[in-house]
This record gives sequence, structure tokens and C-alpha cells, in this order.
Amino acid sequence: MTGGALLAVDALPAFVDLPFESHYITSIVRVSLYVSLVAVAISTLFSLPVAMVVGFSEFPGKSLVTAIINTGMGFPSVVVGLVVLFMLSSSGPFGPLGLVFTPEAMIISQFVLATPVITGVSLAAVTSVERNVRDAAFAMGGTRLDVALVVIKEARFGIATAVLAGFGRAISEVGSVLIVGGNIAYADGTSYTRNLTTAIQLEARQGRFETAMFLGAILVALVLLVNAAVGRLGGSGRTR
Amino acid sequence: MPIQRRRFLALAGGAATAGVAGCTGMFDGEDEAADGGEDGGGDDGGGNGGDSAASVEGEELVLTTTTSTYDTGLLDEVNLAFEERFGTPVQAIAQGTGAALETARNGDADVIMVHARGSEDEFMEEGHGVNRRDLMFNDFVILGSPDDPAGIEGGEDAVEAFETVAEAEEMFVSRGDDSGTHVAELEIWDEADAEPGGEWYVEAGAGMGDTLNQTSQQGAYTLSDRGTYISQRGEIELEILVEGPVEGGPEILANPYGILAANPAVHGDRNYDLGMAYIGFLTGQEGQEVVENYTLDGEQLFFPEAISEDPNFEQYVPEGWSANGDADDDETA
Repeated sequence: MTGGALLAVDALPAFVDLPFESHYITSIVRVSLYVSLVAVAISTLFSLPVAMVVGFSEFPGKSLVTAIINTGMGFPSVVVGLVVLFMLSSSGPFGPLGLVFTPEAMIISQFVLATPVITGVSLAAVTSVERNVRDAAFAMGGTRLDVALVVIKEARFGIATAVLAGFGRAISEVGSVLIVGGNIAYADGTSYTRNLTTAIQLEARQGRFETAMFLGAILVALVLLVNAAVGRLGGSGRTR
Repeated sequence: MPIQRRRFLALAGGAATAGVAGCTGMFDGEDEAADGGEDGGGDDGGGNGGDSAASVEGEELVLTTTTSTYDTGLLDEVNLAFEERFGTPVQAIAQGTGAALETARNGDADVIMVHARGSEDEFMEEGHGVNRRDLMFNDFVILGSPDDPAGIEGGEDAVEAFETVAEAEEMFVSRGDDSGTHVAELEIWDEADAEPGGEWYVEAGAGMGDTLNQTSQQGAYTLSDRGTYISQRGEIELEILVEGPVEGGPEILANPYGILAANPAVHGDRNYDLGMAYIGFLTGQEGQEVVENYTLDGEQLFFPEAISEDPNFEQYVPEGWSANGDADDDETA
């Protein structure tokens, strides 16, 4: 999928006379995909167990945790950017790691943004798996892990939706990655922390609306591609 | 052993570049050299030879700067030349002058290139920056739509033009982002017999490019640096109504750029020697030539002013600073 998108971008200038080099575009797409895919992958690994634990256990404050997760879904990305910048900046608590203005800083802020979305939607999905399915798995001698796997299998369509929603949130947000990444591209046009959204912001600032529109089209196309790919994985499993 | 060698090379590099930049604090490079092993240690296995410039290869240089140097394309040009010479790509972060200095205050930049002398001086007085150099200049121009409803075209006096716009209550778009251009604009309002405020005065809170777009869409007036205007005038419907000093306009519209390094005593983990190499390169013959030769649409955008047989020594220190006034200053080794 990634290769296909990059190929398509490379091939484009052959028939459209673009006002920029394809190298610039491909490196931006690469940074965008790297940051958002890694962020969503880590976020999914973190979110699923949390959704399972919160979904299938009773503990005091459970409704508070659920409320926090749901609030986090709509958390403003600029605020996340500011907080992450504050944490990662050399004068902040994690300054010695030297992460500010790196792609990794962007991954962290997108992780923070995507995690409530993925956790929240997965939570809804796993809690909707009927009780008797879980009981049956348990009755057949399954361990806790087996039961969890059965639930994930049953809820995979909802979980795929959760991952997609998280990916959509991550790849399309501009506020936090601009702050923590710095929108850096080297002088030879290779992107370091410039992704599609921050590049669009920059091109629009410079009045180059055609380039901005073109980048916007790539962004939409990427989201569609990823949706189609994940939809195929998750959607076909609807049958019981 | 490799650490020792690296340390020596970094010291040599620091000293050499400090010499180029004409500064006195060459021993400041030592802090950085000791830290150097942390961030780029894996790359200096061999092949460095005796060339001190090669020792910076694989290290990172973070520059915070203004949107005007970036959006005009000048920065890519000088950074390519720097990379060719030193082998280090520059990570440039384009912000307003205020934000660029703030980022450096947090210890997140090695070198800063901005255009608001007052803010630069404050930054140095707080101890965050050292070795400031005059780099280049261009000028600000007052822009408006071609039909010029307030009738300021061809004026020789920027303050008067601002007063006329305020009197006519024609829309004026301010950067409103604590950038160098914003600071310069506020200085002109300070001189004027008019208060910026009311419904005609809008703060864009954005970079120069965004502000130009907005001004053009609204048919309003604004203050812009000449470089960004030239680089974008094809996309917008704005004309120069009051010229700056480059074209014989008033001196209040002068726009000098300075460059300075993060103080290694305060920001010990920054790459001070490489930052000084960058300053040395830009204020040296080659860098100044790149600035001189950079044109857009056949027009020169920036005018180098770092090289002079008769240097202005006040460029190194905050304006009005005197050694007697700050006798307890122990910065210079």
C-alpha cells in the first residue's frame, strides 16, 4: 500500500507539470506514514489491553475512567502539542532524551491523541460482545488469555473501526506535530519532521495554494487507502 | 581513546570557527566537546583525517529563525552551502522572532537568526545568547490594495502613513505574533499620533505569508518585509505604497537581521561549536556572497552587512551596554 502510494506520487510529474520536486513530496509522505503508522501501532498495543481490562472488570471509579477516555477523544491537539513540547523540551523533565523536534516527538503526541480514540471505540466494541460468548469460551476451559482472544476475534470489526478512527485522528492533525516537530525539511528538500498536514499549512502560508491542494489530495487518498486496506481485513470477518 | 580524539577535534573546530566569527570566548567550546560523544558518537570511526571541519559530520544543528528568511527561500540557499562546506544538514525551524527566541530560551536551539534588536538584546542580557553578529538587512514596506482607499501612496513618512490609515479607519492587518515585523510595526505606532485599535485594526496572529494572504483578501493595509512581499507578490493583490530605506524610504522601516548562538554556559547540551561554525560561515565571505547573490524575480532580497573593515563593535553586545556598567560580568574568559 505504502509502496503503491509512493510510486503513484513519483509517476505524477510525468504528466502534470508540478511546481515542486517529487522528492520533496515523497519524503513528506514517508514522514507522515512513518509517524502516524508507528503512533497508531503503539497506541493499539496499549489500547486493546486497557479496553479489555476496563470492559470486563468491575472496580470503583470505572465510570470515571470511561469518562476520561471519552473526554480524551475530543482533546484539542494544540494543547497536547504544548504539553508534549513542555515535557520533551531541554528545560522539561524529559529534556535529556533530546527528543524535541524529532519524528519521535511527533509519534508521542500522535500517540497521546490516538490512544483515547482507539481505547474508547474498542471499549464499546468489546463490551458489546455478548456475555454468553465469553462464558462459553471460559466453560470450554479457556484461560483468561484465550477468552480475551475470543473476544477480540468477535469484536474485530469494531476494533478495526477503532484503529481506523485513531489513524484518521493521527494523520490528519496539524496542531501538535507542528509544535513538537517544528515542520523541519532540510535545504535539499528532504523532510525531517514535515508531514502532509504541516506541509499544507506551510504552503498555504506562502500562498502556494495549488501545492497545498495537491498535498491535501494525497492526504485524503492515503486515508482512503488505509481505510480500504483495514476494511478488507476487519470487514470480511463479520460472519460468525 | 576515540573520545579523546573527538574532543580534540571538536576543540580545534570550535577554536577555528570562533576565530572566524571574531569572538573572544573560544574556550567555551570545551563544554560542548565533552558532551559531543552523547549525540553523535557512532559516526566518527575513521576517515576524519586532520581536517577539523570533518569532525562535525553526523552532528545536528538546530536553527530557529523567522518566517521571512524561510519563506523567501534564502535559508535553503545558505543552508545548502553550509552543508556542502561542513557536511552537516541544518534543521531550520521557521517561527516568529519571539517564538524563535523562546524556543532557544528553553534550550532547544543551537543558533538563532532573527530581526528584532530589542528582543535579541533582552535574550543576551538574560544570559541565553552570546556572540551576536549583524548579518544582513533589508527593509519593511507598507502595502495596500492598488486602489489605496486611505490615499497613502508615495508617502515618504511611514508614521504619517500609519496615522492616515488610522484616521480613515481603513482595515490594517497586524502580524500580532511578537515577530520582528510585529515589533517593528508597534514601534511605528508608538511614534504615531494614533492608537492601533478598534474594528479596523486586525491581528492575524500568523506568519508573514498568511498575513499577506489575509491582507490581500480583505483589501487592507499591512507592514511587510520586502523579501516576503517580493517572493509572494505573484499570488496576492498588494502594492508597495510606502517604500523602505532600500528604495530611499524612511530609516524607521529598516530591517536588520542578527544571528547569535545559545550560551553554552546556560545551555550546555547545545551544539555550541557547530552553532559558531554556522555563524562564522554566514558572516564570512562565502555566506555573505550567498546572501548577496540570492535573487528572486531578478531582485536582491537581502543585503549582507557582516563584513566590514571598520566593524561596528556594538553588534556583539546589547545596545547601550558598557563594560563599566556591568563590571561583575564574568562571561569573558
